[in-house]
Amino acid sequence: MKPAPFEYVAPRDLGEVLALLAEFGDDAKILAGGQTLGPMLNLRVIAPSVIIDINRVEGLEYRRDEDGLALGALLRQGALEDDAGLASRQPLVAEAVPLIAHRPIRNRGTVGGSLAHADPAAEWGALVLALDAELMVARHGEPPRAVAALDFFAGMLETAIGPDELLVEVRLPRWPERSGWSFRELARRPGDFALAGVACRLGIDAAGRCAGARLALIGTGDRPLRALRAEAAREGEAAGSALFDAAAGEAADEVEPLSDLHASAGYRRHLTRMLVRDALDQAHARARAEE
Amino acid sequence: MTRPAAPVPRRALEIEVAVNGAPVLREVEARMTLADFLRHELGLTGTHVGCEHGVCGACTVLVDGNATRACILYAVQADGCRVDTVESLADGDVLHPLQTAFGEHGALQCGFCTPGFLMSAVDLLSRIPDPSETQVREALSGSICRCTGYQPIVGAVMSAAAAIAGSRT
Repeated sequence: MKPAPFEYVAPRDLGEVLALLAEFGDDAKILAGGQTLGPMLNLRVIAPSVIIDINRVEGLEYRRDEDGLALGALLRQGALEDDAGLASRQPLVAEAVPLIAHRPIRNRGTVGGSLAHADPAAEWGALVLALDAELMVARHGEPPRAVAALDFFAGMLETAIGPDELLVEVRLPRWPERSGWSFRELARRPGDFALAGVACRLGIDAAGRCAGARLALIGTGDRPLRALRAEAAREGEAAGSALFDAAAGEAADEVEPLSDLHASAGYRRHLTRMLVRDALDQAHARARAEE
Repeated sequence: MTRPAAPVPRRALEIEVAVNGAPVLREVEARMTLADFLRHELGLTGTHVGCEHGVCGACTVLVDGNATRACILYAVQADGCRVDTVESLADGDVLHPLQTAFGEHGALQCGFCTPGFLMSAVDLLSRIPDPSETQVREALSGSICRCTGYQPIVGAVMSAAAAIAGSRT
């Protein structure tokens, strides 16, 4: 299986990329890591006329420590995996990245590419939701706009990025104090797409009560999402087994998983409950370990 | 000073790639994968094409030293890059320690997956010269083998890592 013929261009700066997007719109696709686009082209799932390779664009591949952490959209997953300093600043990201596919995929695949493609089982979807991230989207002739993670995922493989726009940066707020974390997913084999997964962040106050919980789920529907009702119901409650059982049950009830070749909706719902339960336990233990 | 003109999309482009240390200059269709370029343009058929969508690992090569699927990288993207294939491992008739270990451990039968495993192992050992068995299994998890059951492959990589480390002291 070979791709349909396409025209290829590799601009060197962001302005050129945006101008090309403005010119070609829906006829063009952005090539970043290529680990998802390549398969789609090779299998002729899509046949765009123009491929805009952004790998030569200056200034899109970086990690910037600010108050939080800003990641350039072209940052390779492998670079994050190898970053020994990441775990102390963004432990949830550090736990999740090694779970993304396999090393050769992580060597090319990018943070921005994963988010722009928005596979409902992709780890980055859960990460940006759990971390209250902001995604910076650029367009020709305008300054980049910030999109909150909660507003970013619009549907199956659909995001807030317009056909003539480019995701350029992901901003992660500073990791909050007194917070534990846990990223759990289940796949048939390590590296496969997760059948279900959760990125959990749990804040605990001085009295041992929940102060800020995030339960971001993947594999549970047509897009990554937060179990908002399960989160809200935990606020101010004493953290512990009973609470986590209830939260896991509510999160599983809140989702509308899809059945497919790999797992039934019922099984995904069951996995969600189990993974959320485990993640809350682990996040709680880690939050207490930091006291 | 005038800005260079904005690039224009093209069907075919000229590329220069350093393949196994030697520069190669060719014009290629943009849609030609690196795997097909290596095999058909350069006759380097050691890199195998299994699934053509990045999941089987048989096409794995090194691009600028990193294990990369050659089936989902287009040759035009490798312009200015260094590509190392399985053909780069042996030095004339002298096998690379990984190749020797694969032979000794029975880590290949039909050999179809082998180049991908070898190049993934090279990537691993360049980052982690003394890997644990778990690290070896995780690093190689992106390659599928239908023949061996994986045990001998893992054993071979562990053995080669020790041999390489030993030969350095």
